[in-house]
Amino acid sequence: MELQEWKEMSWPGYRREDGGLGIRNKVLVVYTVECASHVAREIALQVNHPDVEAIGFGGCTDNAYAIRMLLALATHPNVGAVLAVGLGCEYTRAERLADAAKARGREAAYLLIQENGGTLQTIGKGVELVHGMLVKLKDTPVEAMGFRDLIVGAECGGSDFTSGLAGNVAVGRFFDMLVETGGTPVFEEIVEAVGLKGLLLERAADEKAKEELAWTYDKALAYCRSVRQYSVSPGNFAGGLTTIEEKSMGAFAKSGTKPIKGVLKVAAAPPEKGLWLLDTTPDPHFMQFGITNPNDNEGLMALVSCGCHLTILVTGRGNVTGSAVAPVVKVTGNHETYRRLEGDMDFDAGLVLEGQSTMEETAAQLAGYIGRVCGGHRTKGELLGHKEFCIPYKYQEKEAARRPCEG
Amino acid sequence: MENQEARAFQITPRDNVATALTVIPGGTFVLFGDGENGLREAGEEIPRGHKVAVSPIRKGGAVIKYGVSIGEATEDIRAGQWVHLHCMKSCYDQRSAGLDIHTGAPTDISYAIE
Repeated sequence: MELQEWKEMSWPGYRREDGGLGIRNKVLVVYTVECASHVAREIALQVNHPDVEAIGFGGCTDNAYAIRMLLALATHPNVGAVLAVGLGCEYTRAERLADAAKARGREAAYLLIQENGGTLQTIGKGVELVHGMLVKLKDTPVEAMGFRDLIVGAECGGSDFTSGLAGNVAVGRFFDMLVETGGTPVFEEIVEAVGLKGLLLERAADEKAKEELAWTYDKALAYCRSVRQYSVSPGNFAGGLTTIEEKSMGAFAKSGTKPIKGVLKVAAAPPEKGLWLLDTTPDPHFMQFGITNPNDNEGLMALVSCGCHLTILVTGRGNVTGSAVAPVVKVTGNHETYRRLEGDMDFDAGLVLEGQSTMEETAAQLAGYIGRVCGGHRTKGELLGHKEFCIPYKYQEKEAARRPCEG
Repeated sequence: MENQEARAFQITPRDNVATALTVIPGGTFVLFGDGENGLREAGEEIPRGHKVAVSPIRKGGAVIKYGVSIGEATEDIRAGQWVHLHCMKSCYDQRSAGLDIHTGAPTDISYAIE
């Protein structure tokens, strides 16, 4: 397909009052402490609708990072309504979450278990509220949406030698096309850029972007040095990767070739269209909250919190995780993995290495598949009910910049 | 292309290593990708997913994949040789130099119960 055809491709999107345009129309049940998680999950379970899901933050003590994530998810373009469920004595305030969602034009309500007669009564009231929200969401205005309106995140996990040869390369080609159509790709994993500072800075769109990239790179490298551990595992070495530089290049391939506009922090929406790097690593702080990448789903949720309508997970070995709020398109560059996990893998980029397809054909097929997912086609993870989420304690600044006290 | 055929993929013409897409048992293999395509000789068995040198690399020289340095040769490497932890190292990650070359498992942590 030619660029013009990609530009003209469209599907129905859900228009939000705050201007957002979503590819799904979801109700989020959000718990504000682990003690309220059972009630929230039970509400979602009993409503039993594919567009209703439960997420939340387990800590009782709140954390600015986690609150920013909860707010970003509650006002994500794919979300039309929010029910916040609290226990009643935790720091994180259910009513303030509901108010914030309401202020952004979402249907919203909250329930505190201690004020509503306990588990059974709160579940009953919650189920009723969510049914009412689903009815209201049927009236959400629908408007044509295209690649220019789309924010797509990508990360890799469960990588093998095919990720850098096929899976990430196909995503990189798709990302180039997405930039050309006016869309917004976001890639993750600065800890897997170690060894590539020069290449990273060459790709900066301007001086400010270069500064942000340099600062973020230096921070990630300092972290790896201080703990003497890089983002590379025994399985990677056994699979043929020898150095972090080699793994980094394979991971970096998914960014494509376009200029990088700058660095996004978790839960920050891209300020303009184009290619962005998401920094999920913690910033230096005396509490030392958070490690870099607790798991693959956490990275996906960080991408989703930046407003990604959907994410791409490139996985050579085959990770089956999905995510709440946004569909996950699972791409493998390993044809054998695709065959072994066909019930989970959405896309086989491995035919290139089998000599059965060219990279250009593969990238175009991936773009076509992503267009269909935007139009409502459910990914394999969605069909299987994969709605994992992970919101950890972490300390992060709101901007990628040196603080004055750091000199 | 036969699946059984031993083959390796070279990403850019600058690369001095290629990735084995199948096990290369030693002997002739098909090299393809963005460099010079054709038949090459492997001097030893190359595990699937691992690197085979497509040109000689001097000790201290850069091992090139994706057109960039992915580390440094720690001995002279012949074309056709298996390239891994035993003959190259990261310029960043010191710990990886001490890993077991077959399993990638760390050798610097004691599991002895005292």
